[in-house]
Amino acid sequence: MTQGLLTWATEASEHASQVDLLLTGFSLLVFVLSAPVFVLMALFAIKYRRGKPADRTHPVNRNIWMEISWSIVPFLFIVGVFVWATVLYADLYRPPPDALEISVVAKQWMWKFEHPGGQREIDELHVPANEPVKLTMASQDVIHSLFIPALRLKQDVVPGRYTKMWFTANRPGTYHLACAEFCGTNHSLMGGRFVVLTRADYTRWLEQSDVDGSLADQGAVLFRSHGCSGCHGSSSTVHAPPLEGLYGSPVPLDDGRMVIADEGYIRDSILLPQQDIAAGYPHDMPTFRNVLDEGEVLKLVAYIKSLRKPRVLP
Amino acid sequence: MTNALDAPDPHNAGISETRAERESYLRAGHTLRSWLLTTDHKRIAILYLISVTLFFFIGGAAAALIRADLVTPGGDLLTNEGYNRAFTIHGVIMVWFFLIPSIPTTFGNFLLPLMIGARDVAFPRLNLLSWYIFVIGGLITVYALIAGGVDTGWTFYTPLSSFFANGHVVLVAVAVFIAGFSSILTGLNFIVTVHKLRAPGMTWRHLPLFVWSHYATSLILVLATPVLAITLALIAAERLFGLGIFDPALGGDPLLFQHLFWFYSHPAVYIMVLPAMGVVSELVAASARKPVFGYAFVAGSSIAIAIIGFLVWGHHMFVAGQSMYASTVFSFLSLVVAVPSAIKVYNWTATLHKGRIALDPPFFFAASFIGLFVIGGLTGLALAMLAIDVHVHDTYFVVAHFHYIMVGGTVSAYFGALHYWWPKMIGRKYPLVWGRLSAAAIFFGFNLTFFPQFILGYLGMPRRYHVYDPPFQVLHVLSSAGASILAVAYLMPAFYLFYSLRYGDPAGRNPWGVTGLEWTVPSPPPKHNFMETPIVTELPYDYHVEREGEQ
Ligand code: HEC
Ligand code: HEM
Ligand SMILES: [Cu+2]
Ligand SMILES: [Cu+2]
Repeated sequence: MTQGLLTWATEASEHASQVDLLLTGFSLLVFVLSAPVFVLMALFAIKYRRGKPADRTHPVNRNIWMEISWSIVPFLFIVGVFVWATVLYADLYRPPPDALEISVVAKQWMWKFEHPGGQREIDELHVPANEPVKLTMASQDVIHSLFIPALRLKQDVVPGRYTKMWFTANRPGTYHLACAEFCGTNHSLMGGRFVVLTRADYTRWLEQSDVDGSLADQGAVLFRSHGCSGCHGSSSTVHAPPLEGLYGSPVPLDDGRMVIADEGYIRDSILLPQQDIAAGYPHDMPTFRNVLDEGEVLKLVAYIKSLRKPRVLP
Repeated sequence: MTNALDAPDPHNAGISETRAERESYLRAGHTLRSWLLTTDHKRIAILYLISVTLFFFIGGAAAALIRADLVTPGGDLLTNEGYNRAFTIHGVIMVWFFLIPSIPTTFGNFLLPLMIGARDVAFPRLNLLSWYIFVIGGLITVYALIAGGVDTGWTFYTPLSSFFANGHVVLVAVAVFIAGFSSILTGLNFIVTVHKLRAPGMTWRHLPLFVWSHYATSLILVLATPVLAITLALIAAERLFGLGIFDPALGGDPLLFQHLFWFYSHPAVYIMVLPAMGVVSELVAASARKPVFGYAFVAGSSIAIAIIGFLVWGHHMFVAGQSMYASTVFSFLSLVVAVPSAIKVYNWTATLHKGRIALDPPFFFAASFIGLFVIGGLTGLALAMLAIDVHVHDTYFVVAHFHYIMVGGTVSAYFGALHYWWPKMIGRKYPLVWGRLSAAAIFFGFNLTFFPQFILGYLGMPRRYHVYDPPFQVLHVLSSAGASILAVAYLMPAFYLFYSLRYGDPAGRNPWGVTGLEWTVPSPPPKHNFMETPIVTELPYDYHVEREGEQ
């Protein structure tokens, strides 16, 4: 049983250790700030209880500076911890560019993970240790939240957009993953295992899993079967933007804005094409909202990301 | 009904001449009708006392179900659906039908006019109307509960609530919407009362801190509640007419809902705690027989909380996909809002210094409030620290945090107020030993129930989980054991207070020997409160303090 609790408490990443350290530091600070209140209240209740003789004379003037310092000094300490916590949090918004990309689809009441090679798993996530991993997450229905206690991380998965989470796990082992946002009837059953493997074990695990081709390959199949290539293909006669090299590059829109084409932008282009129109193109892209599910869109996104810039020969 | 209360300016409406007018408010009419059509703020307070206590027990019954179910890790007692309905109804009833109205509508209604030397609130009929609106909202909620309930959580997050949940979402939204109007009217009434009906000499500097905190609360009630009403109306519109507001499938934005909801609900947490702080200021001063240390700071901090409380809602959305910069700002402002709370706590403690502390029930409840509020507030600070919140958001840690404040804090203050002003309201004393005992039992039961939840949460147990990993069981069993003690402890006052109703010794005007206008009138107060409009010359809490050099 204590064993069982330990798997919840384990720190499986450097970030997790940092968060625990932060909490410890904060708890100490808070203890120092609040202990006087408890001690003094008890002490006064005894020392100055009614009927008990005690010296009750007050100094003639109140010390205003003492009153002010009561508020300012604790506040400054707290601000120190705030800076520490914010720096740690800011890291979560800066995934390294070389991270292993895994896509996640949440729906009532399961988690689907898909690795770049096309390996799929449900309610279990296998990742290699000591390598940054980035999850791109979509929800098929309501809001869910991917919670991995051993990493001290969670991120809501919100329908209608992609959210991201990244980490570098450093301690091979089996941990928990759970849904933290209330999502309906079987919310409490929407959990599973988070497995950190050594690189060698991860490679072996990848090889053992069935695959229908890599994520991008599956995306390529969809790209043809849903007729995207009819407009976006190089031989197409329709005036549609080429998708090679799109990912990560700036796109001018016809309302004058400029956006960076990230996963979310590509997703929205497919599902909500009327929202952002690439400058200089007709409003001809049909919506695929009722045609494709989030899992398929993630594959298309992987495919489009894999389309590198056409080589410009010197 | 002709009633002197409806005179344009109640506190100047002349001296109570007749014997009927001098008679206690409790004796002014014995029929049910005389209660249900009363416009006397004291009677309305009693109506509220009865109804919110009733809701407290309904919400409590749901809590008992939840805790019983969580004794085992499997879902044995309730179905998944049933469990979700239980915690939703628990949250809805406790938040909107107990915590928000509790102190203001009972003690606020009863005491505000008495404390400022008025004969009633500014709009007595509106006051009765608020009670009816409240009861209608409550009855609809109870009906929805009997008809099958809701399973969205009290937070109604979209698109779960707008398209996926299949309970009586619209009905409950309507109920809360209606109850909101009762809040708004009460807030309005209090604001006008404090501005217009203060007795001669009762300047703002003379107001008891209880009045200051109710004034601050009323500002929030009036400014924040309409936002909740709009939000609930939008959910109903989306659910009933398929209007795309929050659902991305219709081009809406689910985070918009969260922004609107917390824009109301964070200030609402202060609606729940500010009146409690007002009560505690009174209790501490009365117990210590000393002026509240730093009166101006304590009064000002209530207003500061009311204002800054409107700027921190985003701390409920740190992992919802909000921008990093927004999170940083909200995190910082959440620390700022803790400053006025900290000032209050330090000043209460300082008030006890060199006091003449009566170790009576009001003191024990006030001390419980302070202790539990400190723990709740400091864990709130922990939650405001971004990297910590990413881990503990939506876990039992959050559950423990807000129960420490809302149950540990507000409910302790509610019971403290009941034990302090009961002799005034009813005119009889209750056995003090029992009061001390129930304060101690509540404190112990509370900590046993909720402290383990901090550990559960930090370990990673998500909230709103019906089925959980077996190793968590020990902590859950501890928590449920604590809840049983807490349940008994909450029921105890019902016995000795009822007993005192009949058998208690007469309280006299001022059983505690304290200052404050409410203690200058007979207990229970006459129908029109004051025989003559009082003229205030002394500052509040005008107790004797020995100064250096005095003999
Ligand atoms: C009828 C022709 C047509 C079809 C079929 C079509 N598209 Fe498009 N697509 C367009 C046009 C025209 C635009 C440019 C206007 C716009 O931004 O909406 C575009 C824009 C895009 C963009 C944004 C490119 C940029 O530079 O901003 C992406 C990504 C995209 N399409 C992907 C797809 C995918 C994936 C499919 C298949 C599921 C698909 N399209 C099917 C015509 C088409
Ligand atoms: C002292 C200042 C306070 C701070 C800094 C603070 C901070 C926070 C934070 C950051 C959260 C979000 C946690 C999360 O969901 O991850 C939170 C949740 C909550 N707090 Fe506080 N809090 C404070 C005071 C209060 C008070 C006074 C109350 C009530 C009277 C309260 C009631 C709540 C409630 C109800 C929730 C959770 C709501 C939900 O998700 O259902 N808090 N608090
Ligand atoms: Cu869930
Ligand atoms: Cu809040």
